[in-house]
Amino acid sequence: MRRAGVALVACIALLAVLAPALSPNPPDVRFPDRAYAPPMPVRVVDAGGRWRAPFVYPLRLADRLERRYEEDRANPVPLVWFSRGVVAQVHERQPGPWLPMGADGSGRDVFARLVYGARLSLAVALLATLGALFIGTLVGGAAGAAGGVADDALMRLSDFVIVLPAMYVVLALRAALPLVLAPAEVFALVAGILALVGWPIVARGVRAIVASERERDYAQAALALGAGRARLLWRHLLPAARGFLAAQAALLVAAFILAEATLSYVGLGFPEPSVSWGVMLQEAANVSAMADAPWTLAPAAGIFLLVLGVNLAAPPSTPR
Amino acid sequence: MFRYLARRLAFSVLLVAVVSSAAMLLTFAAPGDITSEQVGTGATARSIEAERARLGLDRPILAQYGAWLSRAARLDFGTSLMYGRPVAGLVAERAANTLLLAVAALALALLAGVPLGVVSGSRHGIVPGAIRSASIAAVSMPTLVSSLVLVLVAARTGWLPTGGMTSADAAAARGWLESAADIARHMILPTLAIALPLGATIERLQSQATAETMEERFVAAAAARGVPPGRVLWRHVLKPSLRSVAAVFGLVFGNLLSGSFVVEIVTSWPGLGRLMFDALRSRDMYLVAGCAAAAGVFLAIGALASDAALLAVDPRLRGRDEVRG
Repeated sequence: MRRAGVALVACIALLAVLAPALSPNPPDVRFPDRAYAPPMPVRVVDAGGRWRAPFVYPLRLADRLERRYEEDRANPVPLVWFSRGVVAQVHERQPGPWLPMGADGSGRDVFARLVYGARLSLAVALLATLGALFIGTLVGGAAGAAGGVADDALMRLSDFVIVLPAMYVVLALRAALPLVLAPAEVFALVAGILALVGWPIVARGVRAIVASERERDYAQAALALGAGRARLLWRHLLPAARGFLAAQAALLVAAFILAEATLSYVGLGFPEPSVSWGVMLQEAANVSAMADAPWTLAPAAGIFLLVLGVNLAAPPSTPR
Repeated sequence: MFRYLARRLAFSVLLVAVVSSAAMLLTFAAPGDITSEQVGTGATARSIEAERARLGLDRPILAQYGAWLSRAARLDFGTSLMYGRPVAGLVAERAANTLLLAVAALALALLAGVPLGVVSGSRHGIVPGAIRSASIAAVSMPTLVSSLVLVLVAARTGWLPTGGMTSADAAAARGWLESAADIARHMILPTLAIALPLGATIERLQSQATAETMEERFVAAAAARGVPPGRVLWRHVLKPSLRSVAAVFGLVFGNLLSGSFVVEIVTSWPGLGRLMFDALRSRDMYLVAGCAAAAGVFLAIGALASDAALLAVDPRLRGRDEVRG
């Protein structure tokens, strides 16, 4: 089960890394005749029941008002492999684009946006995770190594932050900053805010590990050999927390992806020209359109698979 | 017991004061204020200045904060700048809606999660396996995903209303029984959206705790005395294994609030989260502080409830001043 989870997460990360090579269309191109176009699956058996090389049926706009599309069964379009730097696509001269997962309300390729969005979502979550691990290790290590009043105060502080409803804190912090910002500024801000909310659980765990390891013989031996406090902490005690930190990192990435999606969904995350899973989910706010075009919920499926992978790889011990 | 309650009360007052003050000062520090939205709507610089003076927004931050604090100490939380209504009434009304959702979801999650966890943790076979798989899937469906999926299902099938708290067609014209039924119908979707991931988390915890408790020697002793297996499970194993669920109860309340915020946005349920969101966006600082105070009260009640839950399942803790070490 653990391996399956790791494989799932690795697959999603690979999709994000290979986004430019996988998407047949750029993520921000609007195809005017393809608003809410349905997915175009790859087929190997045609309407006549014959086997052929992988192909798709082109779409034809049957009714512009109802946004009804028809498959053109008479003219199957073969896929072109490994040309123009893309793994699979249809030939340039074809009348319409290939939309593997359909199109959103503006006629943009949902699949391309999904894999490109995964890059931004994963990147911001990874940066925030690094930040949270850094703060948490610093605070937890300091508390565990110092002990006494400082330990008490730091742990009370992290307990306090843990109890707060995370989403409210993220929201309040983000709303307190200027609402309209450039994407790069939003990126840094969101990562910083998430790190500020996510560190306490890391700090608690690191502190517990450091405090118990400090009493072990090897730590006492290092002290007796004249190691300073900082050296003891860095070289001898913190390495004991490595496994814990790895598991926490996985849980935090999943939680932060979700937080980014929520922020962008309510309009406080990335602004529209950027592509992230949360920005894509804004489409779903229009309930009737979403009901007719469920493929616009693809990022929700992405979040589900990612969280599932993380849960299988590192079983959660506390509710999120 | 008295000392314990006194400590809890002091902590709660501190929590509410710190949380609402922090929210208030954060909104002060934020760029722009309630009058910013009038820029570009035909208001002149002078009229905006006059509006700010009327609302007292031109005074120094500390003076405004001090004035608010002294009034808040007398339980007067000011008037919402956005709605022009007293904050207390507005917040109480919305907080009640959130509470309704949260209590229903928590009850559902506990009533489903604990028994299912006992079953899946104590046995092997097809049914416990199915429970386990379903639960892992549901744990991986955070509230944002679960609410969107449920809205999709509701919208496609038309079984349930997808948003709001009441139907549009004049709820006032009908009797209270019908309007209660109407609210109940609108409640099903948001409650399920919160309860699904929460109940699954509780199921996982309970399942693990049950499996661990089954290994204890007193369980083997009870079985050896001839106590029937069902009775061993539901009496001897259940109670000590409830401890791990009770231990995370404190976190569950923060989780409920966060989850309910997401659901309120997705299904436009008029609750505390939505109110706070709107207040934050329009820089309505008194309303922000009021919402934060309500959330603080909610958390304080949660802390009390989680202590009570721990005490109820673990008699060894009774008679101490502090429940958790």
